[in-house]
Amino acid sequence: MTFQNSRERILEAVLKNQPELQAVPDISMFRGSHENAVQKYLDVFKSIGGAVFLVDGISSARTLIREQFDITKRIVTTLPFLNDIAEVISPDIDPHTYEDAELAVIKAHFAVAENGAAWFTEEVMGQRIIPYICQHIAVIVDAESIVPTLHEAYEKIGTGDYGFGAFIGGPSKTADIEQALVLGAHGPLTMTVFIIQ
Amino acid sequence: MKDAGSKDHAALAAAFNKDEEHVDWHDGALWFIREKRDIASKNIPEWEQLREAASAIKSNVISNLHTYLLQFEANLTKNGIQVHWASNAEEHNEIVYSILKSKEINQMVKSKSMLTEECHLNEYLEERGIEVINSDLGEYIQQIDNEPPSHIVLPCIHKRKEEIGELFHVHLGTEKGLSDPTLLTRVARKHLRNIFLTRRAALTGVNFAVAETGEYVVCTNEGNADMGAHLSDVQIASMGLEKIIPQKKHLGVFLRLLARSATGQPITIYSSHFKKPRKGQEMHLILVDAGRTTQLGRTDFKDALKCIKCGACMNTCPVYRKSGGLSYHNTISGPIGAILAPNLDMEKHADLPYASTLCGSCSNVCPVKINIHEQLYKWRQVIVKEGYATHTKALGMKAMAWTLSSPGSFNTAGKAGRWVLKNVPFIANNKFNPWYRQRDMPDSPKESFTVWYEKNKKDDLSK
Repeated sequence: MTFQNSRERILEAVLKNQPELQAVPDISMFRGSHENAVQKYLDVFKSIGGAVFLVDGISSARTLIREQFDITKRIVTTLPFLNDIAEVISPDIDPHTYEDAELAVIKAHFAVAENGAAWFTEEVMGQRIIPYICQHIAVIVDAESIVPTLHEAYEKIGTGDYGFGAFIGGPSKTADIEQALVLGAHGPLTMTVFIIQ
Repeated sequence: MKDAGSKDHAALAAAFNKDEEHVDWHDGALWFIREKRDIASKNIPEWEQLREAASAIKSNVISNLHTYLLQFEANLTKNGIQVHWASNAEEHNEIVYSILKSKEINQMVKSKSMLTEECHLNEYLEERGIEVINSDLGEYIQQIDNEPPSHIVLPCIHKRKEEIGELFHVHLGTEKGLSDPTLLTRVARKHLRNIFLTRRAALTGVNFAVAETGEYVVCTNEGNADMGAHLSDVQIASMGLEKIIPQKKHLGVFLRLLARSATGQPITIYSSHFKKPRKGQEMHLILVDAGRTTQLGRTDFKDALKCIKCGACMNTCPVYRKSGGLSYHNTISGPIGAILAPNLDMEKHADLPYASTLCGSCSNVCPVKINIHEQLYKWRQVIVKEGYATHTKALGMKAMAWTLSSPGSFNTAGKAGRWVLKNVPFIANNKFNPWYRQRDMPDSPKESFTVWYEKNKKDDLSK
């Protein structure tokens, strides 16, 4: 249902009431420093309740995944190099079928040093629901892809086309009951990042 | 829904203040969050410039809203999202209902949205046979207790864990006396996971809407908005007109400020950018006016529309911390609520701009630099002028205006006041004087300032 008159009425009222035009400010001076970006990322991500490993290659990441997680349970991924322990996510099946995924392993486009978040679009998630519905999430990040702040992050994203994209910075959490921090609200209970140097 | 009835802020605050130990806890919990905000902001050397930039971007938004709304609408349509416009709460609720009805859906899961609280969407849909479940843990707790949220970021901050444990015992069958926050959260996680998996429709709020690209951003820590949205056949987003920002790059400024101001986190765990429906999914976005265009036309109060709903003004406010969010009897409580509410209903909310000491702490922490305490002061003047002040307040102000405007009456009143405090203090110190309820009157000075000044001026000259 659409209230056609409402659209016209609202737009008319906005035009009538909006104040004199103020210019959009320049924000190009906001830039972070690339110096120690990896170390900063490590520190921040640990402080928000995440686990992080600095590794020399994807084979080390695979070894750690085998050690850190119960690989007898359902593990899903978009990364072919894990096909011996994980099933490859299909973008076309019903998202509800991933309800029992214990671990999802996906690769981020890049990560942000200042806040510990990593950027994903639905292509690298496999399906939109994957990083939320799994009990644990593991993420691969290339060290050289780490940017200092969100300003460089949005520069990198540009107007790039995607249907869905997200910054994810840690395991899901809540402090709604008496401000007591609890990791694992509705999304993953843990988030582990492997930074590939 | 539990209702504040006709009680005003002072009466509701007095009720909240009966449990002194609880008030102290509430005060301390919110101040702790304010301190976390301070630490987080001080980690960013350009924090003040970021606030300036955010405020200036929002100034541009409200001055160019017409163009941005049209641009946003065109881009949403291009992206395959259906756009709806609602003048008021009733229209908004009718739109949601008609979308659900056309799909024969009678159960919906909803993530945090203060706008839908403001519109009383849940009650509207329930009356028409549609069940709505709030999925944010704090909002879920408030919903099972039949109470509105008391804080926009921490909906049940006024509740003790024992109260929440009792609610879970009654509604979710947990063991009586269980009040451990981790265990209670696990129970809610399990219960709500089943809700996410079985609901075909999900509604979310909107934190930022990008005119340039036709996408919108939803920020949560729990992941509840995403769990609902990505498992739904029909996804609905409700937003106030003021949530628009010009370009995607501006998200860099706002997302750096939002979580640090709200809870002291560097960013919310999830910042989800919704642009196009999933294959086979339907997406709707409702643009809601509900008083915003009126506020846009109020020169002194239009800047309140810059608000990004971080809650920092509540956490820092000495009145909010000691009176609790529900005492504001409005969906948005605290200082920002007190300047937004009178725009919607001046008579009903005439008490709110007085629920402040005008200390200015709210304006100092606001990430978009809204002049909150100045607007509170200005609302008081509008409220008195329009005849909405309470009888005693208006009478008192009139008497004060007369006294202060004439030197003769000022001197007489001063003499009378000193005489009263000295000889018959009970005339001022009694239960009929609301000012005296939490205060003691000072001892009467021996002489007035005018007399003292005259005497000392002469002494000075003689030196």
